[in-house]
Amino acid sequence: MLINTQKRIPSSEITDPALFKQRRTLLKAMAALAIGAAGSDSVAARPRTWPDLDAGNPPTPVLTPTPAELVGNYTNYYEFAFNKEDATRLAQGLRIDPWSVVIGGEVERPASYRLEDLLQHCVLREYLYRFRCVEGWSMVVPWVGFALSDLLKLAQPLSSAKFVKFTSASQPEAMPRLRQQAMLAWPYEEGLRIDEAGHPLTILAVGAYGETLPKQNGAPLRLVVPWKYGFKSAKAIVRIELCRQPPLTSWNRYAPDEYGFYANVNPAVPHPRWSQASERPLGSDFFTPRRPTELFNGYGEQVAGLYSGMNLRHFF
Amino acid sequence: MDALISRLWPITIAFCTAPLLWLLVAIGLNHLGSNPIQAMHIFLGDWALRFLCITLAITPVQTMTQWRGMTDYRQLFGLTAFFYATLHLLGYLSADHAWAWPMIALDILQSSYLWFGLVAYLILLLLAVTSPKAAKKRLGKSWKKLHRYIYLAAGAAILHYFWQLKGNLAEPLFYLLVLGMLMGFRGLVWLKNRRYGPAVTAKPRAASPDRAE
Repeated sequence: MLINTQKRIPSSEITDPALFKQRRTLLKAMAALAIGAAGSDSVAARPRTWPDLDAGNPPTPVLTPTPAELVGNYTNYYEFAFNKEDATRLAQGLRIDPWSVVIGGEVERPASYRLEDLLQHCVLREYLYRFRCVEGWSMVVPWVGFALSDLLKLAQPLSSAKFVKFTSASQPEAMPRLRQQAMLAWPYEEGLRIDEAGHPLTILAVGAYGETLPKQNGAPLRLVVPWKYGFKSAKAIVRIELCRQPPLTSWNRYAPDEYGFYANVNPAVPHPRWSQASERPLGSDFFTPRRPTELFNGYGEQVAGLYSGMNLRHFF
Repeated sequence: MDALISRLWPITIAFCTAPLLWLLVAIGLNHLGSNPIQAMHIFLGDWALRFLCITLAITPVQTMTQWRGMTDYRQLFGLTAFFYATLHLLGYLSADHAWAWPMIALDILQSSYLWFGLVAYLILLLLAVTSPKAAKKRLGKSWKKLHRYIYLAAGAAILHYFWQLKGNLAEPLFYLLVLGMLMGFRGLVWLKNRRYGPAVTAKPRAASPDRAE
């Protein structure tokens, strides 16, 4: 499960090891969870903390997490509003308890899991990932989650399953833009190729910064695909469906020439209206240059093999 | 009324500098949110566009009210628009890109929304340079023709705004509506003069905005 990387990260981005060690002194995630998830306790209902999870991706070298409050105040959630402030405020009206996720389509064992039951089957780890938005800003988030492949194994995909479709929650009473059917075709839908979905870097997150996910950041369960633009990482997932054909995803349907199915972070392929060559990391100061964006958001060593032989300009 | 207008200078200058002061305070107090550089870009661009619209509104207001003495205010607002546009551009070059020219060049080359912004700025620069009375005198009749390019600048600035959005177009559409109304007014006056001729209208000086100086 652990991915080795020889990648060098500039010393300016490396967290002080002493600081980092404080974050993880003990405790196996599985044990903590198995106890916590027993009975009627619900991840969704009660704020929960995971202070000392094992690292899902290599612990060293390490990125510096973006301050949590910046992440919590800067997120797109178009079901609620088209600007980030209103989206954050309105997202607090999302009902996340109880929460179930349906897994179906081309699988041996279709099922509907209550979130707390699902977590008993999966190993929670901390995944410190870069996150690059198609709008040209980026952050580094310590997600708490589990490999999507764990869930796929539970469902046992059939050989006919070539793609995975993710559907986000539809709560018209809480989501003004979704209720108005504004801009995108709601509910929000995203998709991955099955090998992308099964890649060990692809996770479903239930927390960040050792705590339950804030609602505006995708609580109670969101996808995180760190080498793709942020809009691929659907929030508040209620349904995961394995399919034969590539699903029509929300942004791709809205503007197919601007938002491709793959949406891999790639500085060499500009958006039709703006460059993707650089990014503004949240928390960086005035007069510091933008960070040059990396191919596959810096995860090329792990994921480039998924796209060998493909023209990334065409399959953008 | 004309005497009152001439007494409005201090408050007008305060109005023109207030957004800058607000911005400096907001930066000092760290009130610009998670992406302060982006917030600053939007703030400065917004105010450049607002002052551009105010500049364009002066002549219609003057035509409708027949107030005199507003030409100097038009110049002040126009220069204020140029001032905020300049800060907007400098913020992009310095605060955001730290004068890293290769990255800036690539960014401009690949970002078509920046082309519209650049066109708008170059027009405003030309208009600001030819703004002093001496330049106006020297240019004579062509000054007016030249300064009608302010409409093009406003149009390019609005395109620059909505060309960078993912689809939430409410704000640029609002500016487009304002610009459309201001141009529509000009169009109506032009039509009226063409139909009846400025000579037969009751108040030709007031009805023709280009003459209402």
